[in-house]
Amino acid sequence: AAAMAALLGPAGRFRWRVRAVPGGARGAAGLRGAQLGKKVAVVDYVEPSPRGTRWGLGGTCVNVGCIPKKLMHQAALLGGMIHDASHYGWKVAQPLHDWGKMAEAVQNHVKSLNWGHRVQLQDRKVKYFNFKASFVNPHMVCGVSKGGEETLLSADHIVIATGGRPRYPTHIEGALEYGITSDDIFWLKESPGKTLVVGASYVALECAGFLTGLGLDTTVMIRSVPLRAFDQQMASLVTEHMAVHGTRILRGCTPLRVERLSDGRLQVTWVDLASDKKDTGTFDTVLWAVGRVPETRGLNLEKAGVRTNPNTQKILVDAQEATSVPHIYAIGDVAEGRPELTPTAIMAGRLLAQRLCSRSSDLMDYDNVPTTVFTPLEYGCVGLSEEEAVARHGEERVEVYHAYYKPLEFVVPERDASQCYIKMVCLREPPQLVLGLHFLGPNAGEVTQGFALGIKCGASYQHVMRTVGIHPTCAEEVAKLRISKRSGLDPTVTGCG
Amino acid sequence: RGVSVPRSPPGRRARLSTPGTSRLSSAAREELRRRLLGLIEGHRVVIFSKSYCPHSARVKELFSSLGVDCNILELDQVDDGASVQEVLSEITNQRTVPSIFVNKVHVGGCDRTFQAHQSGVLQKLLQEDPACDYDLIVIGGGSGGLSCAQEAAALGRRVMVLDLVVPSPQGTSWGLGGTCVNVGCIPKKLMHQAALLGQALTDSRKFGWECSQQVKHNWETMTEAIQKHVGSLNRSYQRALREKAVAYVNSYGEFVEHHKIKATDGNGQETYYTAAKFVIATGERPRYLGIQGDKEYCITSDDLFSLPYCPGATLVVGASPVALECAGFLAGLGLEVTVMVSSQLLQGFDQEMAEKVASSMQQLGVRFLRKFVPVEVQQLEKGSPGKLKVVAKSTEGTEMIEGLYNTVLLAIGRDSCTKKIGLEKIGVKVNEKTGKIPVNDVEQSSVPYVYAVGDVVEGQPELMPIAVQAGRLLARRLFGGCLEKVYHTLFWPLEWTVACRDSNTCYAKIICSKFDNDRVIGFHVLGPKAGEITQGFAAAMKCGLTKQLLDDTIGIHPTCAQVFTTLEITKSSGLDATQKGC
Repeated sequence: AAAMAALLGPAGRFRWRVRAVPGGARGAAGLRGAQLGKKVAVVDYVEPSPRGTRWGLGGTCVNVGCIPKKLMHQAALLGGMIHDASHYGWKVAQPLHDWGKMAEAVQNHVKSLNWGHRVQLQDRKVKYFNFKASFVNPHMVCGVSKGGEETLLSADHIVIATGGRPRYPTHIEGALEYGITSDDIFWLKESPGKTLVVGASYVALECAGFLTGLGLDTTVMIRSVPLRAFDQQMASLVTEHMAVHGTRILRGCTPLRVERLSDGRLQVTWVDLASDKKDTGTFDTVLWAVGRVPETRGLNLEKAGVRTNPNTQKILVDAQEATSVPHIYAIGDVAEGRPELTPTAIMAGRLLAQRLCSRSSDLMDYDNVPTTVFTPLEYGCVGLSEEEAVARHGEERVEVYHAYYKPLEFVVPERDASQCYIKMVCLREPPQLVLGLHFLGPNAGEVTQGFALGIKCGASYQHVMRTVGIHPTCAEEVAKLRISKRSGLDPTVTGCG
Repeated sequence: RGVSVPRSPPGRRARLSTPGTSRLSSAAREELRRRLLGLIEGHRVVIFSKSYCPHSARVKELFSSLGVDCNILELDQVDDGASVQEVLSEITNQRTVPSIFVNKVHVGGCDRTFQAHQSGVLQKLLQEDPACDYDLIVIGGGSGGLSCAQEAAALGRRVMVLDLVVPSPQGTSWGLGGTCVNVGCIPKKLMHQAALLGQALTDSRKFGWECSQQVKHNWETMTEAIQKHVGSLNRSYQRALREKAVAYVNSYGEFVEHHKIKATDGNGQETYYTAAKFVIATGERPRYLGIQGDKEYCITSDDLFSLPYCPGATLVVGASPVALECAGFLAGLGLEVTVMVSSQLLQGFDQEMAEKVASSMQQLGVRFLRKFVPVEVQQLEKGSPGKLKVVAKSTEGTEMIEGLYNTVLLAIGRDSCTKKIGLEKIGVKVNEKTGKIPVNDVEQSSVPYVYAVGDVVEGQPELMPIAVQAGRLLARRLFGGCLEKVYHTLFWPLEWTVACRDSNTCYAKIICSKFDNDRVIGFHVLGPKAGEITQGFAAAMKCGLTKQLLDDTIGIHPTCAQVFTTLEITKSSGLDATQKGC
């Protein structure tokens, strides 16, 4: 008398609830799942990484993504603040950093979150199975426990939310044997030492950023352009800032092989794609951040008839998040064409549950999803990049307002603010609807969130200009954007106020 | 404003100063004549004088007693004085000095000027001139005043800013930029940041940073760094005014009569200026308790940010955001801080949030004394800081308490700086209770040409960005230029109707300046005989044609031109401007 199942990988902080089928359980599902007489199960199993790292309930974000990433970013920012503090009158010697202590604190927090998720599932009467699941037929899933024991689960509705895992460039000799990924970096007990980060994704830049901030010798190797899907002017300011602040950046290079030297260090050979010249370097750690692969291969999707994109392996979904099989849904990173972001997965999951429970018919709106890249200088954005806006509306119909600014916190410690920059992409025609906002500076996530709401509400340039600033903040600079790119005026800092 | 001296170009000077009678070439004579006429026409009062002449001195005294700003040319002190006198006599038929011009009218010499004064003709001549020294004088160089001044200057107006900071009772003074920059938001946030960094230092240990255990804070290092930044802001404000050609005068402004202000500088030197419009942006200064010892021994936010020594154990009196912010960062810097509150915390804010703010501060070690007011402050010991005894009384009973502190910081509110600027002389109404200036929704005071922005305005939030925005918008409304309104329509010329030509080709459009009475600043017509139509309107625009005047004009029927008398659709309305039916 198996219950029904939702397949779940990274759950975020949301509890997936799926309408139950069998036995006596009839009827409309409720938001509170089992509380309303619905039976909901979550099946989650973490395949250890090639380095053997494993973790608990909560998915990528909690265990090997946003949460530990931001904490380590914060650790790096604190290093900068300690440096600043002496300018503000604090007498403090320049400190050293102890990786082990940080990692333990971060990991303890993650474990407390794992526990919290378990308790929440219990409170909501959601059955949790630590199984590795695969489809048997469109309504049945087979779960295999750690011990190899098999359990069959069937359900009216099945939600696939297995997410993705880091890609290993297996064509590179030694990549799998000696390299690590973001699945491992946050769980290292010892400092990674001198590190080579390979990749141009935000994961690559964020990791390289905090490693540099913690005082480690860090190199990023980028094959072509950094932060490809983002506004490219912003992306180049991000990397410029990192380069100025000590991260070595190798552009246009790709690794050929990784070898272990007799002293245990790793020798990486790479080629400069422009000159075809080869070069080598010695590192303690090589971190691959070259993209992620969706976790769809082990699911036996063909047995359920769920179709995937053969190129990306992602599951094809419609606006209702339904797959090619109407009662099977996919949300989060595993679904084709969705932003790989925790809050979108959470919201999509919540809305899906409400629809399944007939509580609402609202669809997830994937437009204007705000996000922030936590590089040492943070980059927050919402809406269209300048390139995308020009591609959609034509250069003549787009007006870009921009400014360089100096955060007040930077002046006393005389920190360099030459990459602190804001741009707002608008339609040119009055009232100049805001299409996108790009913010580079401290606390970019906090700044961008509110403006994301504004853009959702259809904010125009005029609305923003009529908004009174909060003084003195960095966010108020957005309300002071008066120079358009078209005017050709100098957007650098001139005086104050 | 010094005396304008018509100087000769260096090349010509040698020739002009040849000894004996001048032998001016006709070209040089014409050139000098033009310069003198320019001088006479460009100024309200011009006196051609000689520095040793007693008659000239009498005339100068007369104008000075009238409070009139004069332009004086001392002929004996310029190279080409003899030539000037020669050309002047050609203009006036008067060979002697002084020679006085008021509003382009030659009054005559000393005697005639005094006669004119006695008969009242001189006063009339002086009054006649509507041309003031400036289009706009802004009193107060804070956020609101500066933004208004700069915007007005950018719109091409002659603008002056008067700003002089009266030192606080403790003697603290500062430069251009007002409260926000000098003794408000900016230094406040920087000290807040210093306190946050202290917290970050504590946090950083948990994040693996190994610091030396004992971290101490040095007040002097911090204030020095902050004052350095504030100083750079003062300079950048001055630079910005210079670049925008705003006259900045470091003097205290006080109205003496309508359209006229007395500016007194730090040395007591007085100068008078006139302007068509005035903006009062004098802001506020911290209030004192009015108890024994408060002005002698207490400090306010005016003093705290540049205090040359660490304040030590501090009593903050007040419940305003200023009080709590100061108490917060002082505690964060490791000082012993007590906050004395007479009634509600953060009045006007959500009270649940206010109480939560207070309890978070208590966790930081701030002590709160609720429902007490100080009644006396005594100095026990001098020093930096000294030692003060504060006696306080309960607001609910008769209980009295005493406390010893190094510093007492008053943050009990702020008073508008409207008392000593001569507002009563020109009849600007001030709310007697609050000292604030009531304004209508275009920032206009009870005197039509006097406006107010910033904290000095009644019923407005005391926030710097509001002052900036209000100042900028005020300047735009006063001097227009930036914001236009576009009226347009498609029209169908009568002669095209029968011919069945397209009814939506011909187009009429005017552009009006929103803040200048809807003055028409652009005129466009596409259609038959466009040249003939446009000419007349071009002339009307020269005469200051407004939308209202266009609307009041009777159309000539049936013509194309009449369409301009019935324009109703603005472009921003998005309404359909095409022709439908007849």
